[in-house]
Amino acid sequence: MSVELLNFIETVLNGLMSGVMYSLVALGFVLIFKASGVFNFAQGVFALFAALTLVGYQTGQVPFAHLINELFGTNYHNWYASMPNFFAILLTMVTMIALAWIIERLVLKHLVNQDPIILFMATIGLAFALEGVGDLMWGSDVKVLDVGIPSGGSIWLEEATIGLAAEGSDYYGMYVDVLNIWATVIAVILVVSLALFSQYTKTGRALRAVADDHQAALSVGISLRSIWILVWAISGFIAMVAGIMWGTESGVQFSLSLIALKALPVLILGGFTSIPGAIIGGLMIGVGEKLAEIYIGGYFETGAIENWFAYVMALVFLLFRPQGLFGDKIIERV
Amino acid sequence: MIYKETGQYKSSYKSDHAIFPLLQDKIAFSTLMFVAFLIIPFVINSYWEKAILVPFLIFSLAAIGLNILTGYCGQVSLGTGGFMAVGAFSTYKIMTYFPDMNIMIIILISGLITAAVGIIFGLPSLRIKGFYLAVATLASQFFLVWLFNKVPWFYNYSDTGQITVSERTMFGIPVTGAEAPSYATYLFCLVLVVLLSFAAKNLIRSKMGRSWMAIRDMDIAAEIIGVPPLKTKLSAFAISSFYIGIAGALYFAVFLGAIEVTESFDIMTISFPVLFMIIIGGLGSMLGSFLGAAFVVTLPIGLKFLMVDMVGLSAVTAKHFEITIWGLLMIVFLIVEPHGLARLWSIAKEKLRRWPFPY
Repeated sequence: MSVELLNFIETVLNGLMSGVMYSLVALGFVLIFKASGVFNFAQGVFALFAALTLVGYQTGQVPFAHLINELFGTNYHNWYASMPNFFAILLTMVTMIALAWIIERLVLKHLVNQDPIILFMATIGLAFALEGVGDLMWGSDVKVLDVGIPSGGSIWLEEATIGLAAEGSDYYGMYVDVLNIWATVIAVILVVSLALFSQYTKTGRALRAVADDHQAALSVGISLRSIWILVWAISGFIAMVAGIMWGTESGVQFSLSLIALKALPVLILGGFTSIPGAIIGGLMIGVGEKLAEIYIGGYFETGAIENWFAYVMALVFLLFRPQGLFGDKIIERV
Repeated sequence: MIYKETGQYKSSYKSDHAIFPLLQDKIAFSTLMFVAFLIIPFVINSYWEKAILVPFLIFSLAAIGLNILTGYCGQVSLGTGGFMAVGAFSTYKIMTYFPDMNIMIIILISGLITAAVGIIFGLPSLRIKGFYLAVATLASQFFLVWLFNKVPWFYNYSDTGQITVSERTMFGIPVTGAEAPSYATYLFCLVLVVLLSFAAKNLIRSKMGRSWMAIRDMDIAAEIIGVPPLKTKLSAFAISSFYIGIAGALYFAVFLGAIEVTESFDIMTISFPVLFMIIIGGLGSMLGSFLGAAFVVTLPIGLKFLMVDMVGLSAVTAKHFEITIWGLLMIVFLIVEPHGLARLWSIAKEKLRRWPFPY
């Protein structure tokens, strides 16, 4: 195989893997949108909050330490040295479920039957509030997150692919981050278990019923409120997984919440209401972005077209399919 | 008692079509204009100018612009920061190419350029709606900021990527640059805001404004009764961008003086706050744009005073608190009064009409 072809394969492979990361965030959006019709802008901040909380539990930080110290002149920082990963993740999950409950109680309950745009603005408010609370609780410095997922280049793949190139060409093998491979595996497990859950359990069926038709679901005795709490808890869980992956890769900091903006083109490409759409859309955006950076980005002397390329790509798709690739067909009546 | 319309008869079409049909409104408005034009310029100092009045005026313009698009025409836009950047950078480029041109003309031309850009980015709105459109307008935000950040021609190949305003005068008094006196920058913004607000108010009451509202309320029905969606939506995009562009030009030339595009026109510093303004103020209300802008501009100052000066928190913690309170306030507002401050004002008027004899 020629070096160009191998490079192309490497780019596509890396694109697919970063696409998985986008899908992870988009998945949380889709779940909430299907079940409650809320376009949850706070999904990215959810991921940030989960990652911050996880690091906080792991290293035993005192919540609101800065605030307490400044108000009372004390000097608390940590109350224990460290906590095993398993318990820390479990505790974070409990926190995310509690958060879902609080959000349903304090926000969603009062906004039933409002315009979608009002609900959307409320989730922007939620994003701000949650970000502020996260910073107040755990401090805003950049933190290292390590839950034992290996990272760095895969040596095995590098050595395995080095022989594929033609004799005599200087090819050093493919570079693929092990972390991304793990992310892919975890995402596959997540999606499969989600599919099984919604297909074969009673709660899962109730969830799908609510997604289909709120009123009909209510009339057969499904509690909307408990389903909403459940859905927000599940997307809190997905946000935690996304937060762990992104946090391990680039450290836990404010910019983590901006992955929400990365996930939006994925959503409009795949359609707001389709779980397969979120996954395939994520993969397409991931591959498209990486290919564009290498093959088109060269023509712009300035580079860094990654920021907007995904959006333009999604827009072009939208012009042909206004509901996204897999979204429900938009039927309009007067 | 106080706000009573009985006894005020309208005997001509002109008085029926007045912007302020009631005597009380006329009195209130003229008092406001009197204070704004004849009292404030004499007592203004640099702090009031930089911290409250000028940003309030500029953001009112931006809010009016976004309100035309989102509140009156129903097209949600998250690209305000990008369009303000277009206004700022066109001002900068025109200033460098035509050093003798009057600043007022430069700013109006920048508005027209932004309107043209707005039409281009409004084209997808003909095909996509709702949240899909909101996300699509994010594309304009990211693309425009990237463009001004990465193409050196726009910032005249300066090393820092910053653009800096040079001094321009109106009637011999500098209104831009570091030497401009407080009253001059204030009056310059005020004149533009008052004129453009009247223009906007009248546009909204015209055929064009009514067709915007028809498209907002139900676009298919509007199309069937003969409102052309292409013309209506694109005109809303153009006029909204014109206002936002002028706001951006003032933000750069009069208010900040020197800007760096990724910082000053970020989605978090411009696009969302302006959207808050129109939601907190009231979607589809001129008064709401002003109330929202005033609220958004003054709240951080009040919060900072309360937390740093009164309680004694450090600046960082206070900043975190501010973000939290912002978020909570937005949620509370949306729950308690989704129609914004403008609705509260009309409820107050309703109460004042009968007060103090409610029955």
